[in-house]
Amino acid sequence: MDLFVYDFMIRALVGALVIGLAAPALGIYLVQRRLSLIGDGIGHVALTGVGVGLLLHHSPVISAVIVSAAGAVGIELIRQRGRTSGDLALALLFYGGIAGGVVLVGLSDDSSNANLMQYLFGSLITTSPQDLVVITILGVAVLLAMTAFRPALFAVCNDEEYARVSGLPVRTLNLLMAVTTAVTVTIAMRTVGLLLVSALMVVPVAAAQQVTRGFRSTMGLAMVIGLGAAGAGVAVSAEIDTAPGATTVILALGAFVLISLGGGLVRTLRRRAHQPREVEPPDVVLQS
Amino acid sequence: MQLMSVVDVRRLAVGYDGREILHDVSMSVRGGEVVAILGANGSGKSTLIRTILGLVPTTRGEIDLFGTPQRKFRDWARVGYVPQRLGAGSGVPATVGEVVASGRLARRGIFRPSGSADKKAVREALTAVGLLDRIGDPVATLSGGQQQRTLIARALAGHPDLLVLDEPTAGVDAASQEAFAAALGKFAAGGGTILLVAHELGPLRPLIERAIVVHEGHIAHEGVPPEPAGHHADPGHDHLHPHAAPEKDKICVAPTDRITAV
Repeated sequence: MDLFVYDFMIRALVGALVIGLAAPALGIYLVQRRLSLIGDGIGHVALTGVGVGLLLHHSPVISAVIVSAAGAVGIELIRQRGRTSGDLALALLFYGGIAGGVVLVGLSDDSSNANLMQYLFGSLITTSPQDLVVITILGVAVLLAMTAFRPALFAVCNDEEYARVSGLPVRTLNLLMAVTTAVTVTIAMRTVGLLLVSALMVVPVAAAQQVTRGFRSTMGLAMVIGLGAAGAGVAVSAEIDTAPGATTVILALGAFVLISLGGGLVRTLRRRAHQPREVEPPDVVLQS
Repeated sequence: MQLMSVVDVRRLAVGYDGREILHDVSMSVRGGEVVAILGANGSGKSTLIRTILGLVPTTRGEIDLFGTPQRKFRDWARVGYVPQRLGAGSGVPATVGEVVASGRLARRGIFRPSGSADKKAVREALTAVGLLDRIGDPVATLSGGQQQRTLIARALAGHPDLLVLDEPTAGVDAASQEAFAAALGKFAAGGGTILLVAHELGPLRPLIERAIVVHEGHIAHEGVPPEPAGHHADPGHDHLHPHAAPEKDKICVAPTDRITAV
């Protein structure tokens, strides 16, 4: 663990921990809505934002936030219409996003493949102090919004019509979710990369819900798993020299497998303990 | 106060995609009344209450809730809605208590955290439907009837003045139907107003003071609940319906006007 004497490693660790905590806090609402893949789609759109930033010599993070937020709001408006063509509209938007991004990055001065890979799969150890400030501020904002509005967001994601009849500002809450998703995608771009962002939002939630009974406990456990996977991901990747983003995701998937197996085992043992084995009576008359 | 009209619908027309489902419907519900909207599948009865609640836009006509035009109505805590079934969004487990606690948001608003009054209301509502012992269980582990009772508890937790229920007893086991009828009876005895949509009344029948029968987008009958007719009256009848009969031959009538014109 002497790796953490370097400043860049500490920055990498802090950035990863912030995202490990914030991504599942948002992801749980996406999973509840059965929109688990939406983060992936917004990640595709964010790449266009990165391309715009590189082309205009601005910070790619800021332009990615703006473009992906616009994309997320667009997706939300399509979803509100609730038409079947929405599925196709999403596909067009996603592929437009990634193709646009690749073309724009290619047109920019810094058009190396390494640069593109850095955004697609993350590049944690190049996190600058300024990046870390942006990641921390936005991450904490996402975390606060997702926990402070939990009852209202739960109500909207659980039963949108009921929430409307309750007089909740459903449209505003949905737009808040859309913008927060875009922000989370963009700050996680540094850690796990745009192609693996969605995994950090969804996998910890999937792992937690194997053993939890309620929404609040699922959210808490998912955040713990996200935090653990992100921290361990940075440490392990530094030791064995692998990509931190992919390592984090593999660790989160490992947690999912372990928790599923463990949960299944506990349930089976409990069932065995509670139910005495019943011996069926024979179908024939036994003669002595 | 009791005589004030809680729901007032005047000359309402509603349509989706250019097809009109309700034509010129007028009805009202006074404070403290228990009213059932009856009708066959596809008659427009669910559309009627969904329009009253603002979930479906009106084409023509007016709706007042508690004397305020629905468009300007903001006091939604006075209305408790019980949908037909739990919403589709259930990818993540949620406990019975968490679902019922959603019913407090209309009273509390989204900025205030849940307090002791909210917890008390949730427990009371679950007691009223006989599910307090399941408060910590995931809703997905409940039977259909128990889930339906969870939804009524969610509506009751907000202490509404008007309860609107969409087919509350459809596909609900007998024990849950009776727990349901008891909870509604208690709500009505406390001065609450109930508007419910039903295909059949079952154990709710003694509660109903007035029935409105919707047929093909019009109100066909209003008054005492009609007796079930034919085999529907059999106690053992299980209400399995084939698909509605196809429309009468209006669509295929030969265009005689054009034939003569040729």
